[in-house]
Amino acid sequence: MEKVTLRDKAAIVGIGETEYSKNSGMSHRALLLQAAARAIEDAGLSPKDIDGVVPAMNLISFEDLAVNLGTEDLKYAVFPNMGGASSVATLSSAAMAVACGIATNVLCVAGWNGYSALRLSTLGKAADAAAGSPIPMSSMISKLRDFEMPYGVFVPAQWYAPMAMRHMHEYGTTSRQMGAVAVACRKHAQLNDKAIMRGKPMAIEDHQNSRMIVTPFRLFDCSLETDGAAAAVVTSADRAADMRHRPVYIMGVAEGHPVPADQIAGRRDMFQIGLSFAAPRAFAMAGITPKDIDVAEIYDCFTWSVICQLEAIGFCKRGEGGPFVEGGRIELGGELPINTHGGLLSQAHILGMNHVVEAVRQLRGDAGEAQVKDVEISLVTGWGDLADGSIAILRR
Amino acid sequence: MADYNKPLPRITAQTREFWEGCKRHELLIQRCSDCGTYRHYPRPMCPNCGSWNAEWAKVSGKGKVYTYMVAVQPFHPGFASDAPYAVAIVELAEGVRLMSNVVDCGPEDILIGMPVEVVFDDVTEEVTLPRFRKAT
Repeated sequence: MEKVTLRDKAAIVGIGETEYSKNSGMSHRALLLQAAARAIEDAGLSPKDIDGVVPAMNLISFEDLAVNLGTEDLKYAVFPNMGGASSVATLSSAAMAVACGIATNVLCVAGWNGYSALRLSTLGKAADAAAGSPIPMSSMISKLRDFEMPYGVFVPAQWYAPMAMRHMHEYGTTSRQMGAVAVACRKHAQLNDKAIMRGKPMAIEDHQNSRMIVTPFRLFDCSLETDGAAAAVVTSADRAADMRHRPVYIMGVAEGHPVPADQIAGRRDMFQIGLSFAAPRAFAMAGITPKDIDVAEIYDCFTWSVICQLEAIGFCKRGEGGPFVEGGRIELGGELPINTHGGLLSQAHILGMNHVVEAVRQLRGDAGEAQVKDVEISLVTGWGDLADGSIAILRR
Repeated sequence: MADYNKPLPRITAQTREFWEGCKRHELLIQRCSDCGTYRHYPRPMCPNCGSWNAEWAKVSGKGKVYTYMVAVQPFHPGFASDAPYAVAIVELAEGVRLMSNVVDCGPEDILIGMPVEVVFDDVTEEVTLPRFRKAT
C-alpha cells in the first residue's frame, strides 16, 4: 500500500497582519478578525469562501469567526492548545483538513492584546483569582498553580530559566551567546516596517548591561508583549495553483510534546523538548534535511529557547547551540538567517503567527530589505506550554 | 500568618495526602503499588505501567539541586520583599524531582549538584510547604 503523506498536499495562499502596537484600541476579537480579513483578501478570496477555522488557542470562538466572516457552512473548526506552539500547529490541522477534503479554505489565525490586556508578565497577579489565569492555557496551569506558584514561579521566564541554567551547567552555554540571538533579531528588526524595535538598534553590550529578570534571563533575553494578530489561509495544492499569489507549499508539518508534558521539573532529559520529537517527523515528511533550509523563523519567546530549538532540529549537535549562534551565523548574510522579521524578541509577540507570515514572505520574495537570496525552503517553529513544539517546512 | 499573601496550593482529592503529609512534616511521594515507580505531581495513573493502584511512600527528603534559578524581579506582590529568591528543581534520592525553594543560604551560594534536605515551613494553619536547605 502506498504510504499516505501530507507532503505538498496543502499550501498557504494568503497572509495578513494587523498593526503591531502596545495599545491596539480594538477588542481582541476585532484584531483577530482584521488579520483574518487581510489574509483572505491577500488570497483573493471573499470571507464567505472560508469553510474551516483554526484559531491558535481559544482566544476567539469558532462562532465569532464564522458569524463575522459570513460563513454559511462551517465544515471544520478546531483549536490547538499548545501555548506559543499553537500558531504553527494550526497549519498541520488546516493541511489535514484540506488534503482530506474536509474543508476547502481554512483560516489559521492568532493574536491578542498581549500588552494592553493579557500580559503574560501579570500571570502572577492572576494566580490570586480562584479560577487561575485569564489566559486560556492547557490544564497544566492548574498544576503550576498548586505546585510551583507557592514557591514563586509565575511567568514563562521563570518556567524556562531552570532549563537554561542546566544547559549552561552541562554545556557551558553563556549569556553572551544568548545575547547573540537577541542581537540578530534586533538587527533584523531594523529592516522591518512593523517591528516594535525598529529604530532601536542593540549591541551585545546593551544586552549584557540589561537588567536581570530571572537568572540567566536579562531583559533583552525576553520577548516583547504586543497587541496584534496575524493570519494565514490554507487551501489544497490543486486549488492553490490558480490563486493570486505564488503558492507556498507545506512540505512537512509535525507537533511534539515532551514527557511529562505538564511539568518541566520531572523530565528525565530536560532538553528533549516537543520539537525534539516533531522535527525528525517533519523532515521525514518533507524528504529533506536541515542542510536544505534556507531561512528559519524560530519561536523566540526567550533567546535560550532558540538555542535549544536549533539543537533539537539538528542544525547543530546537542550542547553546541551556544557556539552555533555566534559570529553572525544566524544573521542575514550568515549561513542560517533566522527571524528575519525581528522575531518575538524585536518585531512583535504575535504568538508566532508573525513567524508564519515571514516564512511565507521569504518564499514569495516579498521580504523587502530582509529578503534572503534564492530562498527555496523555509522553516518555522513554535514553542509553548512548557516546551511543546510545532514545526512546518515550507517551499515555493 | 493571617497576612500571608503568597499563593497557596489548593488541596484537592488528588493532592490531599501529599499536603497532609507535609503538615505532619513527612514528605510523601506517590508510588505505584504494582511496579513501584515513584511519581510527582500526584496523578491517577502510573505513567510506567498504567496501574490505578498507588500508595503514599514516606521518602528520605534528601536530594540534590538538579537546576535552579534566581528570581530577581518579583512578578507577584507576595514575593516583592523576598526578591532575589532562589527556586530549585530538587532531585530526591528516590529519583523524583520537585520544585521548591532553597532556604537558609543566599541565592549566590546555590550550586547545581549541591546536596539538600527537606525542611517544613508551616506557612498557614492549613498549609505546610516543603522547602530545602543545604544538607550538612
